[in-house]
Amino acid sequence: MGVMTYIEAISKGMWEEMERDSSVFLIGEDIGEYGGAFKATKGFLKQFGPDRVIDSTLSEAAIIGAATGAAVVGMRPIAEMQFADFVTCGFNQLVVNAAKMHYRWHLPVPMVVRLPTGGYIHGGPYHSASTEAWFFHVPGLKIVAPSTPYDAKGLMKAAIRDNNPVLFFEYKYLYRRIKGDVPDGDYVVELGKGKVKRGGDDTVIFTYGSTVHLCLEAAEVLSKEDGVEVRVVDLRTLMPLDKDLILSSVRETGKVLIVHEDTVTGGIGGEIAAFICESAFSALDAPIKRVGSLDTPVPFAPPLEEYFLPDTPKIVKALRDLARY
Amino acid sequence: MARVEVVMPQMGESIAEGTIVKWHKKVGDKVKKDETLLEISTDKVDSEIPSPSAGVLAEIVVPEQKTVAVRTVIAYLDTEGGAVATSAPAAPTLEAPKTVAPSPVPMPIPAIQPLAAPASGRFYSPLVLNIARTEGISMSELEMVPGTGEEGRVSKKDILAYVAARKSGTMAPPAAGGSAVSSAAAPVFMSTTKVAPIGIVAKPVEVPELRAKYPAPQHDILQMSNVLQKMAEHMVKSVQTSPHVAAIHEVDMTNVVKHRGAHSAEFEKKEGFKLTFTPYIVDAVVKAIKKYPLINTSIEGDKIIKKNFVNLGIAVASDNGLIVPVIKHAEEKNFIGLARAVNDLALRTRNKKLMPDDIQGGTFTISNYGVFGTMIGTPIINQPQVAILGTGAIKKRVAVIDDAIAIRSIVYFTMSFDHRIVDGALGGMFLEEVVQNLQNFDMTMKF
Repeated sequence: MGVMTYIEAISKGMWEEMERDSSVFLIGEDIGEYGGAFKATKGFLKQFGPDRVIDSTLSEAAIIGAATGAAVVGMRPIAEMQFADFVTCGFNQLVVNAAKMHYRWHLPVPMVVRLPTGGYIHGGPYHSASTEAWFFHVPGLKIVAPSTPYDAKGLMKAAIRDNNPVLFFEYKYLYRRIKGDVPDGDYVVELGKGKVKRGGDDTVIFTYGSTVHLCLEAAEVLSKEDGVEVRVVDLRTLMPLDKDLILSSVRETGKVLIVHEDTVTGGIGGEIAAFICESAFSALDAPIKRVGSLDTPVPFAPPLEEYFLPDTPKIVKALRDLARY
Repeated sequence: MARVEVVMPQMGESIAEGTIVKWHKKVGDKVKKDETLLEISTDKVDSEIPSPSAGVLAEIVVPEQKTVAVRTVIAYLDTEGGAVATSAPAAPTLEAPKTVAPSPVPMPIPAIQPLAAPASGRFYSPLVLNIARTEGISMSELEMVPGTGEEGRVSKKDILAYVAARKSGTMAPPAAGGSAVSSAAAPVFMSTTKVAPIGIVAKPVEVPELRAKYPAPQHDILQMSNVLQKMAEHMVKSVQTSPHVAAIHEVDMTNVVKHRGAHSAEFEKKEGFKLTFTPYIVDAVVKAIKKYPLINTSIEGDKIIKKNFVNLGIAVASDNGLIVPVIKHAEEKNFIGLARAVNDLALRTRNKKLMPDDIQGGTFTISNYGVFGTMIGTPIINQPQVAILGTGAIKKRVAVIDDAIAIRSIVYFTMSFDHRIVDGALGGMFLEEVVQNLQNFDMTMKF
């Protein structure tokens, strides 16, 4: 057991899988000599050589297309986007090719696309976007979004071993800010399983990624100042959603808040809310509430970005509105 | 299967007939025992009538808007599992169920009985309705559950607490105990909150001779409800009978406002309903009546009938017009008892659960028109009583106290009295006694 950062846990997961399985290889921009934009693959070139750590051309379409082709012929590629925002250039390869291969030709496509995502880093509108909802709508893709080093390593290993294209959203804000215990050696966090991060039976928050930590802070505030106990569920995998955990948590609390960093309109929270209404309407004691970003591009100016993004006070306010209802 | 008669109930000793306002069930509908089956109107009150037993509404004999004598059979229920005891006076007639024309195939019985619509208009979340169904709480019972949510909404916690109390027996069932809750929507004074304007209550009718005089569409012709007609009759009779005199006093309610503010949370926790200003006023009036009993009288010819008890009427605007439910033997009740009685009447008025006896036998009346923002009014005496107290809206005012300027909570009380027996001296002294009782309210009183 060692304490490591979120990004170290991601690297560790990839490293262990590359040691374990020779079909696993990396492809991306500046991931070799340079070690990647965020240094997630530092040292990989030296250890695994240029055949398994491929510095690609400056084309996301080429990266994802090559990875898809390699996956179809039995390799297990890990494709890196420098920023999740840039995935748009590889959108067609991902959505049309990778996502539909299995449906059309019964071909497994065991690939991982790493997507450094999100704001809170003053990166401006082209380097801070949350793009998971675009892919959430596409049948054939799996999506994970870990919030802790433990989950990051465990989900990375599970994603690599999965026979479907898995989008691995990693939170730039958490890279070096979050540290946690990560067991040495082999373990996986099963895809499609959420986790209760904090117990409570007054209200439940469904969240993932960066906002998990804000929700835990807000839940503490409610517990201390209002005597309201909030359950916090980290979804961890967005596709497939852990519907059993969602429903049992709704039934055990009755009030629901959904929090994500992505903008509210068209965000994954809307789908979760609709699912709850369809499946557990009679368990609801209040309208479902959502907290997310404003419906604009991510602003560059730090005060504007703070205003745009979810923060603990916004979550506390939503929880208090629910408690009072 | 047994067939049970449903009869027009006798709603009070002096009531001879009733009008069916609305059938809450259709032929073929399943109905639970005590679930609201229909609504009737008598010349005293409108009431919801519970089903005498569980079963299926087999036949409606008397349609809506028809008036029939009490004890007339108005419908038949088919009950399951043989004869069921019924409140109907006639023995259940055992005969084969008739095939009901509109639905020869029995209607499928839903697995979950939906609850009736709430009469109060209070919103219940899906979860609360679900818990109520599971626990066998009827809509009328649910309406009595105290709500701590926004706008008096019953939250999951509220209903679970209620269920727990109900199971442990620490809470009398509302029907029996009457210790119900006031709606949070009426936090200050007793009053129904959803008062429809008269024009909506009165139903349009077509009367050719009137239509000739008042052509459409410039005019609508509306039928006065029983309650409206009675109100009109009583008001005319009262002003013809009693020479009305009005006295107006100013009341500094600051102490009462402070006391209520300091104790309302604790009170609500203990009693399960909100503390309003009404019990303070009722308490002050009852004490003043004890000092000036001549206010609590009526006149028969040249004789004065002095009542040695206080039945205090409280005028309430309801959806159907003015109703004056009465707190019986108010002189025997302490503050809490008065508060409970006020709340019970308010709730039953709102839920149309008043019985004719609830609105009879008053000896003095309070009318709180302050809820509508009225500052000063001159109420009409409720015969055969000899005085009525009207209370205006409490407003903050600049007042002079010991030659200093202060901000105080001020209200104007008007007492209209019958000058045949109450003169200006007695009227003024009585009203001033009420004022002093409120201004010198015992601030140390706890609940």
